Amino acid sequence: MKQHTDTILYLDSVSVSFDGFKAINNLSLYIEQGELRAIIGPNGAGKTTMMDIITGKTRPDTGTVLFNGDTALTELDEAAIANLGIGRKFQKPTVFEHHTVFDNLELSLKGNRTPFESLFFKLKTEQRDRIDDVLKTINLQDARNQEAGSLSHGQKQWLEIGMLLMQDPDLLLVDEPVAGMTDAETIETARLLKDISKNHSVIVVEHDMDFVKSLDCRVNVLHEGSVLAEGSLDLVQSNPEVIEVYLGR
Amino acid sequence: MIRQPFILRILQDRLASFILGLLLLSAFLVPALNLYVSPESALHVPSYVVTLLGKYLTYALLALSVDLVWGYCGILSLGHGAFFALGGYAMGMHMMRQIGDRGVYGDPVLPDFMVFLDWKELPWYWYGFDNFGFALLMVLLVPGLLAFIFGWFAFRSRVTGVYLSIITQAMTYALLLAFFRNDMGFGGNNGLTDFKDILGFDLKSDGMRASLFFLSAMAVIFGYFVCKFIVESRLGRVIIAIRDAESRARFLGYRVEYYKLFVFVVSAVLAGIAGALYVPQVGIINPSEFAPANSIEIVIWVALGGRGTLIGPIIGALVVNYAKTYFTGALPEIWLYMLGGLFILTTLFLPKGITGTESIAQSFENYRLKLARWLRPHDFPDLNKEPAE
Ligand SMILES: Nc1ncnc2c1ncn2[C@@H]1O[C@H](COP(=O)(O)OP(=O)(O)O)[C@@H](O)[C@H]1O
Ligand SMILES: [Mg+2]
Repeated sequence: MKQHTDTILYLDSVSVSFDGFKAINNLSLYIEQGELRAIIGPNGAGKTTMMDIITGKTRPDTGTVLFNGDTALTELDEAAIANLGIGRKFQKPTVFEHHTVFDNLELSLKGNRTPFESLFFKLKTEQRDRIDDVLKTINLQDARNQEAGSLSHGQKQWLEIGMLLMQDPDLLLVDEPVAGMTDAETIETARLLKDISKNHSVIVVEHDMDFVKSLDCRVNVLHEGSVLAEGSLDLVQSNPEVIEVYLGR
Repeated sequence: MIRQPFILRILQDRLASFILGLLLLSAFLVPALNLYVSPESALHVPSYVVTLLGKYLTYALLALSVDLVWGYCGILSLGHGAFFALGGYAMGMHMMRQIGDRGVYGDPVLPDFMVFLDWKELPWYWYGFDNFGFALLMVLLVPGLLAFIFGWFAFRSRVTGVYLSIITQAMTYALLLAFFRNDMGFGGNNGLTDFKDILGFDLKSDGMRASLFFLSAMAVIFGYFVCKFIVESRLGRVIIAIRDAESRARFLGYRVEYYKLFVFVVSAVLAGIAGALYVPQVGIINPSEFAPANSIEIVIWVALGGRGTLIGPIIGALVVNYAKTYFTGALPEIWLYMLGGLFILTTLFLPKGITGTESIAQSFENYRLKLARWLRPHDFPDLNKEPAE
């Protein structure tokens, strides 16, 4: 077993079943501090469910989930886990449609989460600057005062990534960030995620192999709720079991 | 579709200042026209009209309280009549105790219905209500506490949507049944009535009626600004975020249940204040105020006026209740069908209500400008020029 003190995320023998169906089956996975990791796998492999478990949406039936080497996540709720420093982008881009792009980012600012703090909140200059920085990073300066609901699909994906950046989490979980994006947007997103991974640990779930290749990082193949293979993309792609799983469908 | 939220919002803000201005004006004007203009004059406002308008205003405050939770936080409460009724009962209990030995049975302490039931002692929960300050505190505390307890369980167990609406109906229905029982000690199905005075002022006097009207108008204005402060704060943006994408808010680290609890309690307290102003004006409070249909009617006012606008529900409550008074007099048998029909038409054709629909908000604005120009012709040289914000 791996030493778990230097991991940002440590999953050991995690299982969860829905009505008898094992969505996650004895899954073990370790992510190092500061690592960028890609998770691939066919539809229904359990990728989203794995994120649900890490972020407190789903309780595992068995197994250990540790954050930063020592904090057990399985007893905490979503808000507590988010405030520990784990941010999550949903598979279906989810932003606050009736708020402006700016307000979406402002609501994601780290800290000030209690109702009382919110009621009397005043935006500080450095916080405004931080929002402007992130607007630039996600390339939405021009949409600053636009309602988020009027953004294109790709822009919503970026806004959601921007919201994660505002939270400034130690670990980002990014579920299918380039689904529905144009090629140009995909390239831009890969650049963005690589940039983010310079000072955050990031887990990216994706189907798009070209995109995963451009991330140039360690890859896990998930299949039927457990890890089928791990290594560089070239290595796992030449793994006969992996080829079987992908072509067998 | 290109959204133009800002234009609509500016129109709504203008409309709000206009309506609130009118309210403030009538808060002084209506009592003055009642008290100081002779009854022969065409400008005289009869006392029954003062009280009727005062009653509408308490409904407007009630509608406002529902808009805060429904329009901004997505909590469709079908039980707000309960908070209104509890505020009303708290005030009613004070006025019962004020009757003292002037009741039919002349008991110095026990209200008539208790003497009638052959009770010997005042139940403990009636203690303190002889004190006006205590009663006012209870007007705020009882609805607030019920909302807190109810919300604590409902929001923590993440009951949302239709299920939440159903349990709010169940809550008010349960209270209806409970208050019907004589041994609850709230006057059973007759409720509390035969009130005489508050702070020594006769409830039937013109001065008292005018004062209650004034207070009701002020309460609506106060309620509006409380809600406005909340929805324009960051907390307001959080509850809209919760309304639109609850799980996104959770994964950003917001404890959704605390936010819901906060607005639900504030809203219940406002509804309680409305009830407390309502009861002295209508002179009675009985369990029918808890009827589930009442709570549904409030939601209709809000939907019609335009939820999520604060000013819309105020207008909705005033318009629908005026229409109700008119039609239940003129054509009593069709009023309920009209109300139902109105609701269906609104949902189909004006899903955002009167004030949420841009064309209607724009025509309100045109009337407002016309009126303003008529009142102050020199301040409006150019029609199309907007004052700098
Ligand atoms: N809440 C749930 N209830 C029942 N089944 C679920 C639930 N969540 C996921 N599943 C099932 O678990 C399996 C894994 O789903 P998911 O994690 O979404 O896969 P992926 O993201 O890899 O495509 C699927 O078969 C899905 O139907
Ligand atoms: Mg998925």
